[in-house]
Amino acid sequence: MDQIVLEHVTKSFTTKSLGTVVAVKDFNLSVKKGECFSFLGPSGCGKTTTLRMIAGFEDLSEGSIYLGGRLVSDKKKNIYLPPEKRNLGMVFQAFAVWPHLNVYDNVAFPLKVKKCPPPEIQKRVALTLHHSNLDGLEKVYPSDLSGGQQQRIALARAIVVNPDVMLLDEPLSNLDPHLRESMRFEIKRLQKEFGFTIIFVTHDQAEAMALSDRMLVMDMGNIQQIGTPQELYHKPVNRFVYNFLGQSNFTDVAIRDGRAFLKEDESNLLFTGAPADLKGDYVMATRPNAIDLNREEGYRTTILKRTSKTEFMEYLVSVGKGTFMVQTPHRNFFRAGEPCFIKIKDPAWYKPESKDVEEERNRRNTI
Amino acid sequence: MIFSRVINPDLARLEGKRGFPMDRLMIILCYVALITVAILPVLMILYYAFWDGTKIDIAMFKQVIFQKSNIGAMWNTMVIGVCSTALATVVGVFFAWLLGRSDIPMKGVMKFLFSIPFMIPPFLAAMSWDMMFSGRGGYVNKALMSLFNLAKAPFNINSVAGIIVIEVVYYFPFVYMQVVSALERMDPTLEESARIAGAGQLYVIRKITLPLTIPAISSGMLLVLITSLSNYGIPAMLGYSQNIFTLPTMITELMDRAGGSFEGIRQSAALSIVLVFIVSIALLVQRRLMTHGRYDIIKGKSMRPMLIKLRGAKYPLLAFSLLFLSLIVVAPIVMIILVSFVKAYGLPFLAQNLTLANFRRIFVGNIMVRDSVKNSLFLAFSAASFCLLLGTMLAYVIYKVKPKGGIALEMMAVLPYSLPGTVMAIGCILAWSGAFFGITLYNTIWIILVAYIARYLSYALKSSSAALHQVHASLEEAARSCGASHMQTLKDITLPLIKPAMISGFFLVFLPCMRELTTSILLYGPQSRTLGVAIYQLRINGQIAPAAALSVVTITLIIICNNIVKAITKDKKRA
Repeated sequence: MDQIVLEHVTKSFTTKSLGTVVAVKDFNLSVKKGECFSFLGPSGCGKTTTLRMIAGFEDLSEGSIYLGGRLVSDKKKNIYLPPEKRNLGMVFQAFAVWPHLNVYDNVAFPLKVKKCPPPEIQKRVALTLHHSNLDGLEKVYPSDLSGGQQQRIALARAIVVNPDVMLLDEPLSNLDPHLRESMRFEIKRLQKEFGFTIIFVTHDQAEAMALSDRMLVMDMGNIQQIGTPQELYHKPVNRFVYNFLGQSNFTDVAIRDGRAFLKEDESNLLFTGAPADLKGDYVMATRPNAIDLNREEGYRTTILKRTSKTEFMEYLVSVGKGTFMVQTPHRNFFRAGEPCFIKIKDPAWYKPESKDVEEERNRRNTI
Repeated sequence: MIFSRVINPDLARLEGKRGFPMDRLMIILCYVALITVAILPVLMILYYAFWDGTKIDIAMFKQVIFQKSNIGAMWNTMVIGVCSTALATVVGVFFAWLLGRSDIPMKGVMKFLFSIPFMIPPFLAAMSWDMMFSGRGGYVNKALMSLFNLAKAPFNINSVAGIIVIEVVYYFPFVYMQVVSALERMDPTLEESARIAGAGQLYVIRKITLPLTIPAISSGMLLVLITSLSNYGIPAMLGYSQNIFTLPTMITELMDRAGGSFEGIRQSAALSIVLVFIVSIALLVQRRLMTHGRYDIIKGKSMRPMLIKLRGAKYPLLAFSLLFLSLIVVAPIVMIILVSFVKAYGLPFLAQNLTLANFRRIFVGNIMVRDSVKNSLFLAFSAASFCLLLGTMLAYVIYKVKPKGGIALEMMAVLPYSLPGTVMAIGCILAWSGAFFGITLYNTIWIILVAYIARYLSYALKSSSAALHQVHASLEEAARSCGASHMQTLKDITLPLIKPAMISGFFLVFLPCMRELTTSILLYGPQSRTLGVAIYQLRINGQIAPAAALSVVTITLIIICNNIVKAITKDKKRA
């Protein structure tokens, strides 16, 4: 069953300085019950706006939203259900734990609003606090707790009413890396226990890939791709998604008869074995860890710089006027300035970005 | 000895000497200046209240406290203080919520209107309200009486209720400012997560928004209470004709009646102590609230809060707010301008009754008025310059030299600001009428200058010390590492960096001096009337139209200075 459905959702703002900005454009999505779904994208791509439309904090400009089969927002039919009636849980980046209430009262708040009988409130709060590892902190005020504990209060407050949908707005980005790891695990565990559907908004691709069943990548208000983490990582549909999901090298090439030459110097052969149906100008995309650095075969070049990282060795090699980043195991050792060969494996090919897209991106960056 | 230990030992060692004469000199100067302007007047009040010339005397104090008229004044002070605080809080919080959280249109216009009362001195506003609503003579009262054929005036502003209403109108922006800034700083997700939890809009206001703004509300409330308790202008303008006295007006009245007699001065000193006692209770509560119960609500990324849709109530509320604001802000100004052009107070505003004679009269014929303009400009300029120098030096000593006993310096500098102006004036009279080294400043302009400096020093201190806090120690250390001496660093790095704050500190003192009445009314002599005193006396002598003309001149001067300040502070932001 589809728990969350968005149909043709569009949101546009008009500002004095920039004119009309389409924050979200023709967004279509359905998320299954119990699924953990991530919105991934750079800041300003529209992911948080979409989340806030699902929550009911933003109106739509066009389209409709269904939660659990019920229509909650529809511009044409003028339907708008306020956030408090949507039966959601939400966790914010800045925790948003109420400083004037202690831990118990923070978690009990949603139940009190719903006028639960006091014995039941007590029971459920105690149970939720136990699940969230907050036992014994009932009477403590949030300002005396650490960031991780505060985020656990926020999480406990969101799940205490057994919501159908949990909206997470970059909930981990205010925590230190170590804590982030354990909170990620915690969220997964709680989801298994309570079975809610998760929408997780983040700009951290590693986080999204570790948590999600499915995810989407957004840019400038448009969905770029929807799929499982593996699909997105291994088969990105365009240059943007490729770039966003991992480190990458991009080169402008001209392809003739399955052979890719550098665009700037069309006698310089970079790669053989491009798909036969490709012809003309393309962008070749490669991952630094999918390039074989050796002394025997491939494209001849020199090492410009070497950086020792914890798990691999990183080299910068020159390719025409530009450079490639290459990552190899530590034992594959080269010196700076040393001549070498690179052999590229499984590159991806994309059409160059049009002028319009570039201009729109520049315009948005000035916001 | 306190002075021998006060040099920052680290700095001294860096200089290669055991003591740095310039820093030490500044510390000594600060102590001398503060003891002179702040401590001596306060001590003199205590001395006069409890010392009858030969022995400690409590009987007189008791007698003053329990005198019927004084009890009445105490009662009035407290009734006016409490009622105007409560009402100003309600009005202030309402408007803060309306502008901070609802989608009401024309917020810019309303924000501008809120800033106007701060520019007009309270006694001028009271005078203008008096012109509209005083018994049968007020213009609005007369209009209403003839319109509805009333036998009696519908409003009587010369009453305790009238004083309360005018104080509310004048002081509610204090609460508004505090609360609206708290609402702006508050992380909107605090309210949003309550909505997600299932709470409706009103429930969120009640359980989340209001409790979180309680610290701001209560600090605004206490600001109103303290200001109201020590206010002189409004009760003097509105209550004097009906013999309604509050403590500040009663103290001034006793001083006037005393005519310099020892007994009379002692009585007003005793009453001053009662006033200080009441105000200091409020101050103590404020202090406690400032240190406790302050929530850290300045969190999260800056996001615009979700504005609550007023829907059907939007335009009625807008109409009500604009009407209310224009009535309380625009009406008094219009009234005072109109009266300044009328041939005689009471004549209707018809073309044949209008004249420029009032302006001519105050400037051409009247030496007192011309003197008062000159005096006020001189006083404001000198007090502001002196406060600028002393305030910056104090800020530097307290926050950068950090001597032992720095807190004492700070407390001495802020003390006169927390005292009611009336009390400070009494203290100055007692201290500078020959009590020390035979110095007699009474009846000269210098005693007013000393009082102004004492009262407004803390403004300059706050402005300079806030700027000094911004100058990170590393900036000065960088200069030292480049080879600059301690003094050179101060001159070339520190002072230039805080210059904009010093200039705005200058005007922060200049402006209130221009509109001062409370202390000047007790301290002026035949040659040293100020603008405030001149307006007040014209008004008391029944020359209401010329008083209005002089008020228009004063307000114009204040607005010009205010715009200069704005231009300067804008420059600072750009830099």
